[in-house]
Amino acid sequence: MSHPTPSLSHFKRSDYQHIYEPAEDTFLFLDALEKEQGFLTDLNPTVCLEIGSGSGCVSTFLATLIGGSGTLFLTTDINPRANAATLSTAHHNHIPLDALRCDLLPSLRHTIDILLFNPPYVVTPSSEVGTHSIVASWAGGIDGREVIDRVLPLVDGALSKRSVFYMVVVNENRPEEIAERMRMCGFGMEVVLGRRAGNEGLKILKFARQA
Amino acid sequence: MLQCHAKSCPQGQSYPLAIRNAELEQLDAEFNADFVTRLMPKLDWAVLRKTAFELGVAELPAEIPTEPTQADLQLIHKVALETRIKEADMVCNGCGHVYPIKDGVPNMLLQDHEI
Repeated sequence: MSHPTPSLSHFKRSDYQHIYEPAEDTFLFLDALEKEQGFLTDLNPTVCLEIGSGSGCVSTFLATLIGGSGTLFLTTDINPRANAATLSTAHHNHIPLDALRCDLLPSLRHTIDILLFNPPYVVTPSSEVGTHSIVASWAGGIDGREVIDRVLPLVDGALSKRSVFYMVVVNENRPEEIAERMRMCGFGMEVVLGRRAGNEGLKILKFARQA
Repeated sequence: MLQCHAKSCPQGQSYPLAIRNAELEQLDAEFNADFVTRLMPKLDWAVLRKTAFELGVAELPAEIPTEPTQADLQLIHKVALETRIKEADMVCNGCGHVYPIKDGVPNMLLQDHEI
């Protein structure tokens, strides 16, 4: 793995009190996208969207990986500091990108060619879900699935015909159950990469429309 | 993207949003004819045209060009990729709700009491 991680030198230590600091899950996501570089370039995507972009590290990385001039990069986050952080990371790395403050996804019909989501996957009490702060970057509620399960039904409507959706999960999220739900919407799933980080069994899932 | 922001309005009759008090920013983006061609069918042409006209950015053709010339593509590039709304109020025609754009970031969230 050789493609450089975006420079994050514009952030101060204290910024990470308010936005999620790239960690093992982020780096596994970057490694998976790099592994998929050939596929993603061949896809010739017009619109990429990342849900919950946080620091902006992942979308900026993807833009440097497949080229920033032939694709529209859109990001969302519910945390206004994350919107600003995403824009500053893109700017710092000379990537054109737009940020939108909203809950999950704007209502785009069959528009997105690459959808990225590193969800709040940590198992927490349900009461911790639904904030607008840094807690929203990790608190996933029951089975860590409460936010993931709000996104899954939106994927079919948002994605274009030739498209792909990547999502980070941990084993507690029951990936095989997610696969089953997506299969019912017409999507096949494969695991691009997996890694054990501390007590987290991380996986990067890839979903594509079945022929 | 003017269109994407507008489409996120959650109210049924409120698309497109009207843009008021806009402060625009010119960006410098690399022109890529293939990209603009691929982007065209993903745009809501009528809304893009209306918004670009109201903001005084450009006058786009009434119908989406089926065989766009280089000049058409350049113009769409300018409108869709080189014009950013830095500050504005996006007003819902259905309910009058105002979604602000601040520092280039549209805020599509509703207040708790509006959900």
